[in-house]
Amino acid sequence: MSHANYLEEGGFWSWFTTRDHKRIGVMYLLTNLIFLAIGGIFAILIRVELFSPGPLFSADVYNKFFTFHGAIMIFMFIIPVIPAALGNFFLPILIGAKDVAFPRLNLASYYIFVGGALLAALALVTGGVDTGWTFYTPYSIRTQTSVILVTLGVFVMGFSSILTGLNFMVTVHKLRAPGMTFHRMPLFVWAIYATAIIQVLATPVIGITTLLLVMERVLGIGFFDPQLGGDPILFQHFFWFYSHPAVYIMILPAMGIISEVITVFSRKHIFGYKAIAYSSLAIAFISFLVWGHHMFVSGESQWANFLFSLLTMLVAIPTAIKIFNWTATMYKGSIHLQTPMLYALSFIFLFTIGGLTGLFLAALSVDVHLHDTYFVVAHFHYVMMGGTVMGFLAGLHYWWPKMFGRMYPEILGKISWFFIFVGFNVTFLPQFYLGKLGMPRRYHEYAQNFTFLNQVSTVGSWLINVGFLLMFAYLIYSLFKGKKAENNPWGAKTLEWQLPSPPTMHNFDETPQVIEGPYQYGVLKS
Amino acid sequence: MTKHTIPSHFDDAKQAYEASKLGVWLFLVTEILLFGGLFVIYIMNRGLYPEMFHEASLHLNKVMGAMNTVVLICSSFTMAMAVSRAKHNDSQRALKLLLITFICGLIFMTIKYMEYSHKIHEGLLPGIHFSFDEISHPKAPLFFSLYFMMTGLHGLHVLVGMGLIFWVMVRTRRGDFDESYHTPVEMTGIYWHLVDLIWIYLFPLLYLIG
Amino acid sequence: MLPQASTLAKNFDILFNNIFWFSLISFALVIGAMIYFAIRYHRTRRDPFKTPYITGHHLMEISVSVGLLIVVMVIFVWGWVDYKKLLKAPSDSLEIQVLAKQWFWEFQYPEGRKLTNELVVPLNQPVKLIMTSSDVIHSFFVPNFRVKQDVVPGQYTTLWFTATQLGEHSILCAEFCGTGHSKMLGMVKVVNAEEFQQWKKTTPSIPAVSKNPQEWGKELFSQKMCNTCHAITTQKLVGPGLFGIFGKEVELEGGKKVARDENYIRESLMQPQAKVVKGFPPAMPTFQGTLTDEEVNALIVYIKNLK
Repeated sequence: MSHANYLEEGGFWSWFTTRDHKRIGVMYLLTNLIFLAIGGIFAILIRVELFSPGPLFSADVYNKFFTFHGAIMIFMFIIPVIPAALGNFFLPILIGAKDVAFPRLNLASYYIFVGGALLAALALVTGGVDTGWTFYTPYSIRTQTSVILVTLGVFVMGFSSILTGLNFMVTVHKLRAPGMTFHRMPLFVWAIYATAIIQVLATPVIGITTLLLVMERVLGIGFFDPQLGGDPILFQHFFWFYSHPAVYIMILPAMGIISEVITVFSRKHIFGYKAIAYSSLAIAFISFLVWGHHMFVSGESQWANFLFSLLTMLVAIPTAIKIFNWTATMYKGSIHLQTPMLYALSFIFLFTIGGLTGLFLAALSVDVHLHDTYFVVAHFHYVMMGGTVMGFLAGLHYWWPKMFGRMYPEILGKISWFFIFVGFNVTFLPQFYLGKLGMPRRYHEYAQNFTFLNQVSTVGSWLINVGFLLMFAYLIYSLFKGKKAENNPWGAKTLEWQLPSPPTMHNFDETPQVIEGPYQYGVLKS
Repeated sequence: MTKHTIPSHFDDAKQAYEASKLGVWLFLVTEILLFGGLFVIYIMNRGLYPEMFHEASLHLNKVMGAMNTVVLICSSFTMAMAVSRAKHNDSQRALKLLLITFICGLIFMTIKYMEYSHKIHEGLLPGIHFSFDEISHPKAPLFFSLYFMMTGLHGLHVLVGMGLIFWVMVRTRRGDFDESYHTPVEMTGIYWHLVDLIWIYLFPLLYLIG
Repeated sequence: MLPQASTLAKNFDILFNNIFWFSLISFALVIGAMIYFAIRYHRTRRDPFKTPYITGHHLMEISVSVGLLIVVMVIFVWGWVDYKKLLKAPSDSLEIQVLAKQWFWEFQYPEGRKLTNELVVPLNQPVKLIMTSSDVIHSFFVPNFRVKQDVVPGQYTTLWFTATQLGEHSILCAEFCGTGHSKMLGMVKVVNAEEFQQWKKTTPSIPAVSKNPQEWGKELFSQKMCNTCHAITTQKLVGPGLFGIFGKEVELEGGKKVARDENYIRESLMQPQAKVVKGFPPAMPTFQGTLTDEEVNALIVYIKNLK
């Protein structure tokens, strides 16, 4: 019995009312990539402004650029892209389910996301917003720009994120195929599961925070406004109570992808399955206890700083275990350096830098100098872009044949990877040094002696841009003209590769019976 | 027999039911965290200005607050009864009980409306809009910000709950539920109990300080 | 390289360098192994169907964790010890009030002299800044001294340094504060002690604020009728006597203890009922709106010097 694949069944309009997790995943992917492009344009504009120390755009315009760059990249690209796009598509398949637990809710969260994103994007045409993506009070209460639109947009998108996380948690708990025990789940599922916990537990707090900020502006309620007797630092606590865990909403799913890609392209069983699986949960847990490390110089009490610094140091351990285990997985493997693997190795390379520079910032006395400088900017780009985006690109290339039934062109993939990887380092390595020299972030103009490093950085941003343009071009090309993909082009062992490429509407004709773990590569020594 | 068919991605009715139940409970967790933010602000400010909270709370109407508490507790009871009736295939009575619950919600909102209009009339308003002379403490507007944010957000939840009750009433009337399938009634019930529970915290925290 | 222009700068550089070398070595080990494996076990050399079946090695995982735990704890403790030094200003510090506004810095000296965007300090003399903002959050940052502290409206934060290099060192605002954020620049001018005395003599205090804050505070103390309820001795009137109370801990109604510092005095003036000292009635009226920031500062200086 053969069915049409999920891409072809029904007409064009059937996509808008679909409850199929794969289609919803694809719609998310498309939406997120559009926002990646928009956020990317703002990134280029920021770097163009910083090419020379003096002004090119006005300060107000520049402030809107970096606010939009941050808000779009974080809320509309990095947070949703792996869980909501790739996770939606693959999570049910990886555990042998026909769909997520609540397909209608899944579609609803997509539309809620789009609604929130449009609301926030509306600010683009109503004069923009200039608070930075952090919306610190009291500046965000005083500024004349469209703070309300953007914070309401964030509120609505948060709702979508909660519903997605909730859906995934229930799916993992209730819809696993027979024999799919927790310890036979692929590590990507573990990572998405840990992410979902954070989405469910942390996002409501940003919900109430943004709501209160809107009320500050509309009703003048005064919780965060010193002029009305409120405390502006309280806002920072609320904000980071969500936004620090949100960092792990961004990075954990990428770590999941790396676990998949490294094993497949090394043809090795993952090294230390349980350590990687549980370290995701450990990271999710600690993530709720370290928000204060964003506020070391805010006037927070010294004992709060003591505790937050200590706990932050502990994050290093589960993270380092993962890096160690991925590297160890390659030992005595048979390593195939295809594009997904190149991105996975880039992830390890860049994320290690991102993680180690985190040590500088976690140490109290060192953070005092580095806080709010370009060192921080470089650090979180190494984690967010070097980590999450590299992980996403690894996953995108790895699963592209399965999602669309076509191969991407391998050579172009490698060329594009080269531009992105090299460009990334050219852009952000100099920023560590700029930060150490004391260049604060969110500066529209800067001192003459920072010029050269800033120019290097700007040139790097162009290289990244070339890489991404090339990638967009060949991915679109491959959709129509790419080589037809086999069912299992990489020889992987997880369930999605047993399905046709692309899969049929109902994934599995028969519910799969799982009898072993997902990484049974290699031969037993006799 | 029921017209309900189990969605095709579930193996059986039990799995579908358990999934819904877990989903609703997780959703309640997020609701508690949403209100949790406001409770944190409440605790912080009350710790800083205990005598202001005391003085300001004297200007809330305890009688109306208490009436609302009774109304909501009654509604929780009728809701629980309605779920039990729906489980026992007794749509007739389930419908009546749901209607009573709905009316309780309506009474709650009416009393809330009366309280609000009185506050607005007196100038006991949040933040910058505060214009009431009898409380001297400069931070008193913060209390009324909290009052309006907390009861307002709660009121919004009551409205959503009433919407859900209305929806299950329509479906009950249509005969959608029986002993084998009554998930929406039960889930609406759980949600309604949470709304009730939050009020049971709000009432003493705001009205009965001292 | 960034000059080490304060006594604290060196501490920062040492710890920074140590973390840097540790990071570099760890990075080299991980990435070295990764690249070595990628070449040594490349598919052209290895049959994909004959890889060994290895599922992990607990001892290795545990030793990596424990080793790393020790290193990060060393970094943590080191950072904490240095950080404590950043917190505690020496008692003989020269105290200067800082008021941050969109988008400039205002420095007020004990004698009442006021400078904008220029902070003149003597060499090798500890300087303590007591800072607040009149609008949004700013952050006082002197890279050459490796010090930074957010400046928050409605609160006082402090920062101290001892400059060890003559010359000019830039002050930057590190917390985004709007249009002029990147232009909210100032300069610390470090001069030697004699020059500083000379500068004090030759730079006239601006007439409008020429009042010495301590004397001004004294005037205000009787003008605003503070003296009705507060003695400047230790005697109890309606409220506590203020002699020698500054910086000392006191028990409040309800048993909590609080240090009577700048924040406390300011709060007591603005919201007198917030923290009432044990054994006294909550009788004090608020001065919110009646006292300007400068007047509050003057009163604080006056109360501080009652000893």
